[in-house]
Amino acid sequence: MSAPTDPCAPLLARAEALLEDLSLHGVAAWKAAHGGAPAIGIMPVFAPRPLFEAIGVLPVNIYGGGDRVDVIKGDAYYQSYICHIPRSTIEMGLGGQLDALDGMVFPSTCDVIRNLSGMWRMLFPQKYSAYLDLPQTFEAPLGGLFYRHELSRIAAELVARGARPLDADRLREAIIVENRRRALLADLASLRAREPWRLKASEAYLLTRAGAVLPCAEHIELLEAFLAAAPERPVRAYDNVRVIVLGAFCEQPPIGLIRTLERSGCDLVDDDFQLGLCAIDGAIPLDEDVGDQSPLDTHDPLDALVLSYTLRGQATATRYIADGVKGEALVNRVRTLGAEGVILAAPSFCDPALLDQPMIEQALNDAGIPFTSFKYAENSAQFQTIREQAGAFSDSVKLWGAA
Amino acid sequence: MSTQTASLSTPTTARAAGPAPAAKDLSQQRQKEMLADYFEKLTRAKEAGQKIVYTFVPGNLNELIAAAGMMNVLPEINALQSGMRGRSGGYITEAEKHGHSEDVCTYVKCDIGMMLNGNIGPTGTKLPEPDLLLLSYTGCFTFMKWFELLREHYKCPVAMLHVPYQPEGRITPDMRKYIVDQLEKSIIPALEKVSGRKLDRDDLAARMALSSKAEDDLVAVWESAKHTPSPIDGYFGGVYYIGPIFSAFRGTQGAVEYYRELRAEVEERIRLGLGPVGPDGPIGPERHRLVVEGPPNWTSFFDFWRMFSRENAVVCASTYTRVGGLYDLGFRHDPDRALESLAEYCLGCYTNLGLPSRIDLLEKYIREYQADGFLINSVKSCNSFSAGQLLILQELEKRTGVPGGFIESDLVDPRYFGKANIDNRLQSYFQMLDARKARGYA
Amino acid sequence: MKCVVGIDLGSTTTKAVLLDTEEGRILGQGITNSRSNYEVASAVARQEALTAARFRLLSEALHHGVDAATADRMQERLMLAFRHELFLTQLDGLAAALQATITAVVPLERRPEYHRAAELVIEAAVTFADAAFVPGAARKSDFFKDLASEAMAVAAAAICERTGVKYERLIGVFDRAILDVEREVTAFEFETLLVRAARRALATYEPEARAAAETHLLGAVEQTNAVVLDEVAFVGTGYGRQTLPFPKEAVRSEILCHGRGAHRFFPGTRTVLDIGGQDTKAIQVDEHGVVTSFQMNDRCAAGCGRYLGYIADELNLGLHELGPLALGAKRVVKVNSTCTVFAGAELRERLSVGERREDILAGLHRAIMLRAMSLLARSGGVRNQLTFTGGVGKNPMATRVLRELVTESYSADVDLNLHPDSIYMGALGAALFAFDDHRAGRAIVPTALRALYEKAEPDACAGDCGCEGGADKESCHA
Repeated sequence: MSAPTDPCAPLLARAEALLEDLSLHGVAAWKAAHGGAPAIGIMPVFAPRPLFEAIGVLPVNIYGGGDRVDVIKGDAYYQSYICHIPRSTIEMGLGGQLDALDGMVFPSTCDVIRNLSGMWRMLFPQKYSAYLDLPQTFEAPLGGLFYRHELSRIAAELVARGARPLDADRLREAIIVENRRRALLADLASLRAREPWRLKASEAYLLTRAGAVLPCAEHIELLEAFLAAAPERPVRAYDNVRVIVLGAFCEQPPIGLIRTLERSGCDLVDDDFQLGLCAIDGAIPLDEDVGDQSPLDTHDPLDALVLSYTLRGQATATRYIADGVKGEALVNRVRTLGAEGVILAAPSFCDPALLDQPMIEQALNDAGIPFTSFKYAENSAQFQTIREQAGAFSDSVKLWGAA
Repeated sequence: MSTQTASLSTPTTARAAGPAPAAKDLSQQRQKEMLADYFEKLTRAKEAGQKIVYTFVPGNLNELIAAAGMMNVLPEINALQSGMRGRSGGYITEAEKHGHSEDVCTYVKCDIGMMLNGNIGPTGTKLPEPDLLLLSYTGCFTFMKWFELLREHYKCPVAMLHVPYQPEGRITPDMRKYIVDQLEKSIIPALEKVSGRKLDRDDLAARMALSSKAEDDLVAVWESAKHTPSPIDGYFGGVYYIGPIFSAFRGTQGAVEYYRELRAEVEERIRLGLGPVGPDGPIGPERHRLVVEGPPNWTSFFDFWRMFSRENAVVCASTYTRVGGLYDLGFRHDPDRALESLAEYCLGCYTNLGLPSRIDLLEKYIREYQADGFLINSVKSCNSFSAGQLLILQELEKRTGVPGGFIESDLVDPRYFGKANIDNRLQSYFQMLDARKARGYA
Repeated sequence: MKCVVGIDLGSTTTKAVLLDTEEGRILGQGITNSRSNYEVASAVARQEALTAARFRLLSEALHHGVDAATADRMQERLMLAFRHELFLTQLDGLAAALQATITAVVPLERRPEYHRAAELVIEAAVTFADAAFVPGAARKSDFFKDLASEAMAVAAAAICERTGVKYERLIGVFDRAILDVEREVTAFEFETLLVRAARRALATYEPEARAAAETHLLGAVEQTNAVVLDEVAFVGTGYGRQTLPFPKEAVRSEILCHGRGAHRFFPGTRTVLDIGGQDTKAIQVDEHGVVTSFQMNDRCAAGCGRYLGYIADELNLGLHELGPLALGAKRVVKVNSTCTVFAGAELRERLSVGERREDILAGLHRAIMLRAMSLLARSGGVRNQLTFTGGVGKNPMATRVLRELVTESYSADVDLNLHPDSIYMGALGAALFAFDDHRAGRAIVPTALRALYEKAEPDACAGDCGCEGGADKESCHA
């Protein structure tokens, strides 16, 4: 008797192939099929993809070289106390693996990514390179207007690189498509939270990550196909500890590490991996009533895009929490999802995540939520210690929960 | 009180490790008194009903704070003072015990550790708690996390001033407007709310006029190092010279007088053909002229300085002394455009410049100060400075033909100052400069 | 014969090189373990280099007038006999140190049995030496400490049984005495020792061949002993150079010395990679061997020789065994961390998932060399020739991986220079600087070192430099 086949297997295999396509052959193919239209890399954490799609640019989220790039030249530019993602990204750039890209956008994630923007400008003078200063004030007349200028500026600059001028109708269209994707990502998230055995975290990771290199419409097809086939997956329910992973919003853990966590008795019911694709809570508020945000107006698609960030940006370490309480959003998510614990997984030398951690731990302590923490690098190869730690954590949560 | 006084200008460890430079100079004495007086006032601030603002050096709004009737406390300065006083190691350990990672900025951990230990400041007395955290988010991402952490502890209001980065080394009208709007709509109201009084705009303008005067003299002091031999050390000595203007005294009559006096002293040194004074007295005949990029190490400040002074190596210009303002590029606080010029000040701090602009500036220093070498002190704590410094090194060598040196240390974590290791590299570097000179390299 | 001396005081070993002042030819090289006393280590290394220089002269004399095979055989026996004699001389020092230690630490009533044990230790060492210093016998090391310890390891149990001294106690006394011996330089007169060695060597000849050999050998010895090696300049370098009893002017950075030394061996090289125990250096030199830029590993020592040391310890192997073992890899396991702190853990995890030891080692070597490649890139890249020096330069897997990576990142046309004496690069560079100093009339002879070596008065200045050579002077200009 042969094992029942998983109708989702080919979809997951495709997603994994996209993850492994470090040389961006898919992007090159897209460009060829679109008359050489530009493709622009986006470093973590966040830049609004619909803006790029609206002007005919393929946005490509770049997450470094993971554990599959030998870093030589990249290390020549970085001291040992700096995280890994800029090293492998430079390595790929100098090695020609990012040649399919016409430029890069560096959001204001941290000082390392910020400085990388200048390095990129010098190392690849022929390519477009932009720093996207995300606002840290969120009132519409302050940060809102500033951010609007930033987005307009980048869109205008890209015209010289073959992009179409920004046009309200096309942006409106792109936002509608993006909102469709956002709804599907939300479905994916709720399926995973409901039946983590039907959609494992590592699988959700691959499906989401596919959106880093695919045009939105194609990503939607993939997500729809998966969600349609998911009920038919030959899976068996099991009883693991439900945890949320936090801190991995920029440099990504190797997929092997995510699988290691799953194998050590944890269901990762939520995470902030590759936050760039999910950094907004809910939809982009196009035409929505969001109260007085003058001078911005949700009927203007660019304003709507701006407001999605200022009003609905997720709480994360790189975003200033003006009047909120640190860790509150996480505690709420733990409650909503019925999670039993939190794993704080931060890349080594990640300033935002690690400086945030004591405050997050405090909030978790205050709420009586168990947690454990470890550091990783995108090229971590040792999972043994993490497996033991996560295993011990899940065991203790089970015992603690039962007591 | 006065014997306990430690400040940027007269750290108490200086006595043990060697005399402070030009200890007899009047300006030095004046600076010491200014700081002693300031800390004395801080100690009595609460009982005097004085409101306290914690803020950061780069992009600080000192004139605005003072015009709003408040006093500032600068956690960075406290951290570096703790480093010089040999306290930082313990504070950092304390913070790490409370869950702070060994990977992150040691200024932050030192400050948190000091806070957890009763917030005893550089003078040995307890610093007043903040009534407001004025988060001037300029040139350093960690500033934001730092005040988030302090807010958790003090539960006081925070005013966020988001200063955009200058990726291309120029200030756009959008950037300036964004800051001016924040000042008008958010920062000034926050200051007024805490101080309980309306901002006196005339007072603000008057203070900015004073700033501008002191800035003129400071630039003259910096640029005196273009003379050969240089009358000053623009890095180790330089951190003393920037003391008043980078801390609480920009926009005060005291600073105007201090810089006038300092400038006169430096001009006198030039007239007499004197070189700088090092940690152990006058430095011998100038052998190497260097430009230095990156902050100094504070825990072994004098040992570090000796590695240069012993070799008669003089730093003629440094970027660290520009973190509180690039006045030598022409910027002045302008009473007629008070908020606009504050915005430009915030935008123009060294670490808020894109890497290409930083390289341009260093190249300019190497050429204009006729340096025969440049050195990067890469500090573990500060990614804002450090990320990209190896490219800076490579690019500067390519553009100027002047050889660069590279060493690593930290701001205030004594575990990261490998004395023998750094000494070894510096000696190798200086000997390489000699060998190159002997071979007729530029 | 006038000569100049370069000394490289490394973290693990100390090296000395002697050059003649006429043409700058290498006369002799010496090496010793750095031990806890750097001053003694440099004196010993220098003594070794002097000895080597004299043997070089001796070799020339021996090869004069007889066929090469005869001369070679004669030289080999003489060298061995000399080492043997030197060992016995050092053993006298050990005997005295043992007695002194016993007097210092053993209660009066127990001393007789300890004194007896000490005598037996020395007897055992003499016996051990008789077997060790014969042609063809394998010795792991020529360092006195290693040889004496080996002898001790063989004999200790039996000696304890015979004398009733507790094993641990005897070892304790021995270790302390060895340390004392290592703290001093064994004084010997080369000429006398050489004559004794010649007698010992002659005794190994068949009686019928002895007479002919005797005439030739003693003639050559006499000729060699007539030459005075006059050291007229010193330069010191290396990790511990600050502790050398040299004035500042006679100390050079090891970066400059390594660059210069490598350039001497390979004048066409513009890039030098040195991987030592504690650090890795990438150096660029010009056509004169002047360093134009350099980079050292950052504060983190990952990827230095020490890392391989940890790995060897973890596998219970000798350091020199790692490379050859790694050459037997069938595939290269991907290793991403060369952090010394995690070296053991990384290795154990790999082994636990069933990876072959050879394959893991291949991965570790690759990881180390990747770091070195980054450092090379930092320093300005690799140009026409790359000279690889330092302890790791002796590791065949390291050199193979370096070759591959240089080909990948630069070109297959880059020459990779290796030299069997690469460990002496730093000392050679220092000697070349001493040579320059001598030529420029600013040579320095640190009298402290001379005093240590010759047991002479500190004012042993040659006297022609105009200095007063007072006892309170640290150095004088020769």
